[in-house]
Amino acid sequence: MADPMKIRATLQGDVADVRVLMAHPMETGQRKQGGQVVPLHFIQSITATLNGKQVFSADISQAISRNPVFAFKVKGAKAGDEIAVTWKDNKGETRTDKTTVRGGS
Amino acid sequence: MRHALLLGLAAAVAAGVPWTQASAQMDDPVAAEFDKFREVLEKDNPAELWEVKGEQLWTTPGGPKKASLEKCDLGLGPGVVKGAYAQMPRYFADVDRVMDAEARIVHCMITLQGYELDKLDDKPFSSATHTPDPVSITTYVAAQSAGMKLAPPQNHPKEKAAYAIGKEIFHYRAGSYDFSCASCHGVDGQRIRTQPLPNFTKPEQAIRSVQGWPGYRMTGGVMHTLQWRLTDCYRQQRFPEPGYTSETLSALLTYLTVNASGQVYKGPGIKR
Repeated sequence: MADPMKIRATLQGDVADVRVLMAHPMETGQRKQGGQVVPLHFIQSITATLNGKQVFSADISQAISRNPVFAFKVKGAKAGDEIAVTWKDNKGETRTDKTTVRGGS
Repeated sequence: MRHALLLGLAAAVAAGVPWTQASAQMDDPVAAEFDKFREVLEKDNPAELWEVKGEQLWTTPGGPKKASLEKCDLGLGPGVVKGAYAQMPRYFADVDRVMDAEARIVHCMITLQGYELDKLDDKPFSSATHTPDPVSITTYVAAQSAGMKLAPPQNHPKEKAAYAIGKEIFHYRAGSYDFSCASCHGVDGQRIRTQPLPNFTKPEQAIRSVQGWPGYRMTGGVMHTLQWRLTDCYRQQRFPEPGYTSETLSALLTYLTVNASGQVYKGPGIKR
């Protein structure tokens, strides 16, 4: 099973600054280990929702680093709102983690 | 033109680096650039992924005995994690020796959870595809001392002895290169290629032996602890490998941490 993400969502005015750390090997399919090519294994799509409504989506490639970090801003968020982030990889594996928007400075 | 560029770089760097990182290396633009690089990366350090995992491993029952580590005594009483990392290595009466954080965690995994040392030290260090549990747990424990001053005790005779032994090992020249830790880390202003080497015998530089560890290495995306760092130093010196969680490594860590005493530990870090 995939390891948990670490999500931080902090308010700046009515904009939530969301930062997501994902645990994923992000294999490029070009690396060899013991003479054998390590098969391609990477996150293909990422989506984020604010209280269940989709606010962000991205299709990414194997060019993204291992254990990647993503940051984006969500307008109209309030303290206590729920941000959920989901990734899905090329092996069909998926993981969703949630956090609550925190009031910031 | 070249001089103008360099000057511009130095000025930008001086503005971007907090005064706490001021050291003999500050006047070195390359070293200062690395400091800036680390500072930017610290904001979203993947090490946090292992903190989360380590916390789960600490609180969830596991091992043959199906016990959690919440009764593990890291020196401040059973289950007390906050601040424990900053006050280790220290003497533990139950084992009658000085232990560093990872050595103590492994000891708890053996005594409380029923793991066998043979299995834990078979492949103790992280690879690109596998992070051993003690590494994740050490990362979690270390994070609970972020922002605290290093205060490894030097009260018990064995703690003083560990410091003395660590100092001796640090300065001990041997191996095919007739090398010691001090060959690289006992002199001011040394470097390997672009990497400036701190002088760990000086209190203000000794912090760099503790700071940033456990650390996420961007090269390979691997989480490493000080046990790995010191073992790899042995390899670089062409010394025989020290035992995982051995008294040798605890003694060396005592020497290094006590030298950095009183300085603020920032928690798990990020490395090139």
